Amino acid sequence: MTDDAPTASARLDPVAGEWRRVSPKYIVVDLVGNLVTGVIVTAAASLPAWLFHWGDWWWLLPAVVGIVSLVLIALTPRRVRSIGYLLREDDLLFRRGIMFQRFVAVPFGRMQLVDITRGPLARSLGLAELKLVTAAAATGVVIPGLPLADAEELRDRLVALAETRRAGL
Amino acid sequence: MTELADGEWHRLHPATPLLKGGIAFIAILGIIIANLRERLVEWLIPGIDCPPGVCEEDPVTVALNDYLLLVLLGIAVVLLVIIALFWLSWRMNTFRVTDEVVEVRQGVLFRSHRKARLDRIQGINISRSLFARIFGAAKLEISAAGSDANMQLAYLSNANADGLRAELLRRASGIRAREAVEKADAAAGAAPGDPARANLAEVARQRLAEFSAPELDPSLAPPQSVVQMHVGRLVGSTLLSVGMLWFVVAIAGVVVALTLTGAGGFVFFGLIPMVFGLGSFLANRIVKSLRYSIASTPDGVRVGFGLLSTSNETIPPGRIHAVEISQELLWRPFDWWTVRVNLASRSTAKGAAGQQSTTILPVGSRAEVLKVLELVLPGLVTDETRELIEGGLAPARPEDGFTTSPRRGALLRWFSWRRNGFLLHPDAVVLRRGAVWRSLTVVPTARTQSVAAHQGPLERMLRLAKVRLHTVQGPVTASIGALDVADASALFRDAAAAGVAAIRADRTHRWGSA
Repeated sequence: MTDDAPTASARLDPVAGEWRRVSPKYIVVDLVGNLVTGVIVTAAASLPAWLFHWGDWWWLLPAVVGIVSLVLIALTPRRVRSIGYLLREDDLLFRRGIMFQRFVAVPFGRMQLVDITRGPLARSLGLAELKLVTAAAATGVVIPGLPLADAEELRDRLVALAETRRAGL
Repeated sequence: MTELADGEWHRLHPATPLLKGGIAFIAILGIIIANLRERLVEWLIPGIDCPPGVCEEDPVTVALNDYLLLVLLGIAVVLLVIIALFWLSWRMNTFRVTDEVVEVRQGVLFRSHRKARLDRIQGINISRSLFARIFGAAKLEISAAGSDANMQLAYLSNANADGLRAELLRRASGIRAREAVEKADAAAGAAPGDPARANLAEVARQRLAEFSAPELDPSLAPPQSVVQMHVGRLVGSTLLSVGMLWFVVAIAGVVVALTLTGAGGFVFFGLIPMVFGLGSFLANRIVKSLRYSIASTPDGVRVGFGLLSTSNETIPPGRIHAVEISQELLWRPFDWWTVRVNLASRSTAKGAAGQQSTTILPVGSRAEVLKVLELVLPGLVTDETRELIEGGLAPARPEDGFTTSPRRGALLRWFSWRRNGFLLHPDAVVLRRGAVWRSLTVVPTARTQSVAAHQGPLERMLRLAKVRLHTVQGPVTASIGALDVADASALFRDAAAAGVAAIRADRTHRWGSA
């Protein structure tokens, strides 16, 4: 990260604008999720060494998996901060990822339905997840970590916008 | 125009149970013959005898010798029961067509009632199996978007099926009633007399005419096919496909292995079923693709094919979500291409050459591909864009309009980085990919659902990015990688803006009302 100039131009950043970020509380949710996954995967990776006694080299596998999980957990706050969305006049932009960046533009007229889902942990923190469904399965826009009131307001707004810009498939 | 679309509930053709029963009868006959194959050989060639102790105790022999009458009676009863059940299901199967919706009620124990808006029709398929064709019946299938969203009307008489299709498409297109009345008057003058009142010779003559004519009612649509399918090209293209090459390699491997291990001449007996399998596969493909036709009608593209069983699919304008022109490696010397499309509906009917119904042109020359493109992307392929499309099929040239990968993209696209590129037309995004397996993808911006841009760590190091246009699911995936970051960003922005503009302008769900 010493040579900032080339990395800045190499980064994908197609649309400049005031990206709205998700609630910082979502870091907790994502952290717990990553922690649980990390523990389970590391435990599963240590099974060969435990059960079959093929040799001490097999302990390397859970060690590597554990380190990767730790790195992922350490990056969680940055990854959550990278999630953003932007409502433009005719479409919604969504971005996420630092290593693997992804930008999606969904025109309002293409939204088939808007879903709000809440997991137990997110609910205890008052957060909700907004999912946009279009006729294309690959769209896959899920905005996590929105305060429930914001999510509901955004949903109603998106549905109203989709209604005014209604189109065929 | 047709009394079936008057807004009342109608039943299907009264001979439907007999037709379905007849097809069941043929199926039963087929099973019996398949099981009695050896016995039939024995009857035909009396010299061959069963080994002692086998035929005497065989239950089939016992049944044939002692209970022949009973067996025949049993088959007849089963058939009658089947026909009775089909009759019951025919009684319970009704449909209704109003100005806005089409509804189908069916089922005996488990009733279902399906209702679909006419402006959401994605396609109408009329298929006729050989058996149904002999009796002048057809199956009409109305597709809507989704995986299990089709409505089947089996069976209708030929004239009714064609009339109903024309009427459904007319109402879906949103053409106003006044024009419809004028059209109906014109059609009534040309319509043939009521077939029920015609004498037997007349019926036979009409059947024969229907059997030989590819399209039944020429007044409804004059389909002048733009592509002639040659048998030689069909066989050649199948033999030169990659799958077939693997097949040949596998056979050669088996032969070599077995001769080396000394299994000798018996190997060739082992190959006979494979050769038969290959022969029947080829014959099937050819019979299915013979009389292939693709034509433009006022209500969209009509693709028809089949020698014995025929199928005829009409895709209204604006129902094609993406088009891909691609080429098998070995087709290049002949300049053959195949055209696939993404559709929102899943037709149960197979497409030409026994392939998916999304393969709209199984194999064609470059000129034919352009003609097909003109049909499936009306308004997009004009004289000026034709050159761009031809440039998309050829190797990369400077000044051909495509924005291609930079030199460093060669790390990700070893051979194709010169060709790998995109072209943004106001109405469509054109993606050109592949040097070994060339392909050209056209996505109408009025049909893209969303646009995405991706970048991974390796791409970031190379200052590259990837753009993907999301369409409904199908064989075509519209994504292009290894683009310069600035180009990818521009494509992402422009494609998103073009999509929004196209949504505003798009009127294809009522294509006739404009």
